[in-house]
Amino acid sequence: MSALLAIDRLCVRYDSRDVLRALSLEVARGEIVALMGPSGVGKTTALRAVAALQAFDDGQIVVEGFALAPGPVPPESRLRPLRRRVGLVFQAHALFEHLTALDNVTLALRHVLRQSRTDAEAAATKLLAALDVGSRSAAWPRQLSGGEAQRVAIARALAPDPALLLMDEPTAALDPARRSALGATLRRLCEQGRGLLVATHDAGFAGEFADRLIQLTA
Amino acid sequence: MNAQVLSLALALVGHKAQTPVLVWGGDAEGGAPFVEADPADPSRVRGFDVEVADRIARGLGGGRTARFVQVQWSNIDQSVERGDFALGLSGVEDTPARRARHAVTLPYFEFREVLAVRPGDQSRIHGLADLRGRRVATLGATIAYDLLIAARDSTGIIPVSFDDDVHPYSDLLAGRVDAVLLDHIIAQRALRRMGGAAFVIVSQPVAVGHYVGVLARADSVLRDSIDAVLREAMRDGSLEQIYRRWSVWDDRQGALFEQIVRLGAAGAAGAAGTAGSTGSGGKAAPAQVIAYLPSLARAAGVTLLVSMLSMALAVCVGVALASGRLYGSRLLRVLTTAYIEIVRGTPLLLQLFVIYYGLAGVVRLPAFLAAVLALGLNYGAYEAEIYRGALEAVPRTQLEAARTLGFSEAQILRLVRGPQALRYALAPMTNDFVALLKDSSLVSVITVVELTKETAIYATNVGSWIVPGALCAVVYLAMSLPLARLARRLERRWGGRAA
Repeated sequence: MSALLAIDRLCVRYDSRDVLRALSLEVARGEIVALMGPSGVGKTTALRAVAALQAFDDGQIVVEGFALAPGPVPPESRLRPLRRRVGLVFQAHALFEHLTALDNVTLALRHVLRQSRTDAEAAATKLLAALDVGSRSAAWPRQLSGGEAQRVAIARALAPDPALLLMDEPTAALDPARRSALGATLRRLCEQGRGLLVATHDAGFAGEFADRLIQLTA
Repeated sequence: MNAQVLSLALALVGHKAQTPVLVWGGDAEGGAPFVEADPADPSRVRGFDVEVADRIARGLGGGRTARFVQVQWSNIDQSVERGDFALGLSGVEDTPARRARHAVTLPYFEFREVLAVRPGDQSRIHGLADLRGRRVATLGATIAYDLLIAARDSTGIIPVSFDDDVHPYSDLLAGRVDAVLLDHIIAQRALRRMGGAAFVIVSQPVAVGHYVGVLARADSVLRDSIDAVLREAMRDGSLEQIYRRWSVWDDRQGALFEQIVRLGAAGAAGAAGTAGSTGSGGKAAPAQVIAYLPSLARAAGVTLLVSMLSMALAVCVGVALASGRLYGSRLLRVLTTAYIEIVRGTPLLLQLFVIYYGLAGVVRLPAFLAAVLALGLNYGAYEAEIYRGALEAVPRTQLEAARTLGFSEAQILRLVRGPQALRYALAPMTNDFVALLKDSSLVSVITVVELTKETAIYATNVGSWIVPGALCAVVYLAMSLPLARLARRLERRWGGRAA
């Protein structure tokens, strides 16, 4: 089975300092891969490069046959196939502050996937309920707790149904009970056939829920 | 060094004490033949009013000389009353209102309010009655302006008020107005300046009026002395010589002099009544206030309309400039930045003049449109900076989140960045609108009579700024205070989300 994500000798330099030096990894469907390492080691940079938010200097990234090459980030018009395949959950959630939880999830369904409002809201309501935040769908982002905001952010990233989900430090703001619940959720997502690449420095969480660990060193 | 300064100061004081002066005020901006800066020595003034002042000073005796003080024409009455000078001259009109509030000299010159029209209209326009629905220009706060206001109600002409007596005639040629009503010597001077055939002066005058000197109400003793000097100058021919030198002598002046010399002061007062002024000097204060309320309300409407249209334009211009600065190519970024810096770095007044008068050779904008354009283009530059700041205040991670979801840049601006930026921008925009509301008073320089201009006309006519100023302030506050409160509310409500 070919990999969902293949990163081959990825290099990123900031001001002639190597942030990532020849990182290679693969993520298959149905697999959770944890990208481990202390802060500043380039975990977030790797996720951003895969999501085409960040240029890289050398190597290659292939997501289900769509390849990113070194050099500047291509214009959005050329990234559409990638956008359909990859979802990203930011560490600080980055919810749209002017929209309710429900509208955060429906926005891409309606304006990118061109679904009707009714269809988009039905799908979003289902997603939020599955992530245990169905009761908060009318809330504004500033009214959500850290855990709730994270689950809304996951729902938003999952709404366009990407095959690959990237998560940046998902346990940073969670208590132990919430961590376990999140782990169970991630398992469920990958049982649906998705691949997950999770950047974390939480060794306990990674050891418990990831299928493979990839250790980055400074 | 100090001793030198002291002795110089003492010398100046001593000099002043030795030569008594008659300090008189006039407006050199009004120009020849009244008072103008001497082309040979711009620090001096010349004109027939200058010579009349010299003659009066000489006639008062004691070796008196006349010393000129520059004052804005519409403020001569206020200025003489506060003691800036003893005598106001330079085409000061004899009106019942002025007589009621100040000490006024004998009339020393008889002028005719004459219509100037374009040569093509010569056969059609013979008086105000032929100008129904047409725009007629004049100088604000004059007998001519009062005549036009009265004619607006009776014959439906549209009065257009100017701050100077040059632009009414250039606007007549430009087709912005259909006629000009002003004093005959102003019309003749304009005709000479424009080459003698640019427009036609209608032979039948609309009204007749007189120029007088104005003094502070308490100065009636000096006024009586000046009257005696004027009567003497009429009798001995020195006034006639002055008028002939400045080419303003005609039979009407001879008749006026004869009447004054023969009949004395009583006859002079009678002669002064001929202007047919609608000045409201005789009315009691509450009646005056009520009489001005409709025009103040109309002017407040103009202020509000100009401000709202300008703000709408400023918002569009601001959005375009901010987008150009944030999303545009390098060239577009340079151009938008240059526009913003130039517009913010130069006076709005200058921009108004350039758009209205400067562009007249290319496009003749109606005054109202020019006002909206100037204010809108000016405030657009300020709005652009507000929007740029607001757009940049939307957290970058939200924009990145939108990109990973597959939105195009245009969709991100419309669905994510714009709506949030609007919230950040609303409070400063409201503050800008309040500022614009007040800055809109500047557009009176291009003939748009808005609230402040109407108040100035009102104040000139009633001879006091107290009631008109208070009324005007109340109206501005009634328009701006609710907006300021709204801005504070918006800031409170959305300030918390800015993080």
